[in-house]
Amino acid sequence: MDYFRAVYVADERSPRALALTAEALQFNSGNYTVWHFRRLILESLKIDLHSELGFVERMAAGNSKNYQMWHHRRWVAEKLGPEARNIELDFTKKILSIDAKHYHAWSHRQWVLQALGGWENELNYCTELLEVDIFNNSAWNQRYFVITRSPFLGGLKAMRESEVLYTIEAIEGYPENESSWRYLRGLYKGETASWVNDPQVSSVCLKILRTKTNYVFALSTILDLICSGYQPMEDIRDAIVALKTTDMDKQNNDDDEIGDQQNLNIARSICSILEQVDPIRINYWIWRKSRLLPST
Amino acid sequence: MGELATEKHVQYILSVEKRKDSFESVVMEHLRMNGAYWGLTALYLLGKLDTVDVDEVVSWLMSCLHESGGFGGNVGHDPHILYTLSAVQVLALFDKLDVIDVDKVTNYPFRVLSMFSYIAICCLSILHRLDKIDVEKAVKYILSCKNMDGGFGCTPGGESHAGQIFCCVGALAITGSLDLVDKDLLGWWLCERQVKSGGLNGRPEKLPDVCYSWWVLSSLTMIDRVHWISKEKLIKFILDCQDTENGGISDRPDDAVDVFHTFFGVAGLSLLEYPGLKPIDPAYALPVDVINRIFFTK
Repeated sequence: MDYFRAVYVADERSPRALALTAEALQFNSGNYTVWHFRRLILESLKIDLHSELGFVERMAAGNSKNYQMWHHRRWVAEKLGPEARNIELDFTKKILSIDAKHYHAWSHRQWVLQALGGWENELNYCTELLEVDIFNNSAWNQRYFVITRSPFLGGLKAMRESEVLYTIEAIEGYPENESSWRYLRGLYKGETASWVNDPQVSSVCLKILRTKTNYVFALSTILDLICSGYQPMEDIRDAIVALKTTDMDKQNNDDDEIGDQQNLNIARSICSILEQVDPIRINYWIWRKSRLLPST
Repeated sequence: MGELATEKHVQYILSVEKRKDSFESVVMEHLRMNGAYWGLTALYLLGKLDTVDVDEVVSWLMSCLHESGGFGGNVGHDPHILYTLSAVQVLALFDKLDVIDVDKVTNYPFRVLSMFSYIAICCLSILHRLDKIDVEKAVKYILSCKNMDGGFGCTPGGESHAGQIFCCVGALAITGSLDLVDKDLLGWWLCERQVKSGGLNGRPEKLPDVCYSWWVLSSLTMIDRVHWISKEKLIKFILDCQDTENGGISDRPDDAVDVFHTFFGVAGLSLLEYPGLKPIDPAYALPVDVINRIFFTK
């Protein structure tokens, strides 16, 4: 470290100084002063930046979670331009194969796609990762990133039909998966009416409710739907009533009631069930219930 | 339920500040400034800031100040906006902001990026110089990081992450722009972060960690939705992460303690109104007394 300080103070931009920065970084990869000085040397000596990518990769093998290293990596990739595209996609893929939720690696990958391209295979890559772990929220986020931003897929609306099918299958497999439910909602971003009126949404909810297990997100989705104007059919109402326990107020769901009053009661029942099955968030569900208006 | 081992934590923090030759302090050398902020703010909340030699801290801190107006992470290190904020926060704790030339410090280039914009906005606001940056532009950038789940990522399209949410919501709170947040949707996402053990995670399906007791809780507090989680269960989780023998708080029960998690644990308990702790401001991450002194007495 003392040798490094000496060349740093003297601003010595030599191969020897470059080697010293490597040594200093192996000792502490979080020292941004050393990274910064290393870039000055790389520029002054006009070093081949491909070899620098190798250096960063070796550093990442030790500790891949510091901002300086990723900042440095982007600096190098930016200088290399499109020729770095595949190297960078492979590099992040390698890191994500070890930690599939690595925030820095995902950020870098999103930057590469937007700055250098390489979108063609990204949706498949997301599918691969979700096959390994369907609960991987980072992969769901990347999927959303791809379908909304890839220049080759035509945008959210064009992708909706196939993505809804994909997501519903994922939900049916693991209905307790927060990520897939949020993704489904995101597919109708800015188009609440399409969401409310798409029978695929209410029928996946119904299917889950009828299994009587892991139905928290199905119930909360129905609640959101009702709050956006959805009128639940009889089969949904029956499935909800079937989830109520004896100590819940049965008289809430009187089939003689019609329209608004009936919707309100169903929504209230949903909140009561959620208060019981998701007790850690009981105050949230109580608040949701308090917000239900007769016009709901 | 156990109790907060206040005295042990005070001893632990003081011992870390002094232990300059340990491995931890060598690795952390470059971010000693952050360590000072975490340790000293925790001491303040525990009501024990008077155990620290103010002049010693201030003189060390001033030796980290550069010509450019920015602070380094330690003596002899390059300046960085993150350490500049920590330095300003520490000076605010001691009511010593008058030792710096505010105009010079605020001339340090503050970049606009989601995490950095919080740092810049927080720092400049404490120094009464928010006019130095284009706040409207910063707010616009932050909003571009908002996701369909109500959360925020570090760049547009980046995954929602509780740490980033704190930065974005904090910056919006300080600039008076919280009306631009979908509080109900974000609040639901945040309260979904509480897992069965009572702890909070930073993203779906990740392990709970004491540091999210700060990132999630402060965000929930800023949007008035903190009652949506179970306070009792979270308090128990944090207390379970204490080293009751040697002091300090860890990320999860039975892990090794460090100053970072000790601060976030104490700060989280402060937001949860744990008895005996001074209240902390959720946006500035400084004691409420200090914030009141900065904004209401000058």
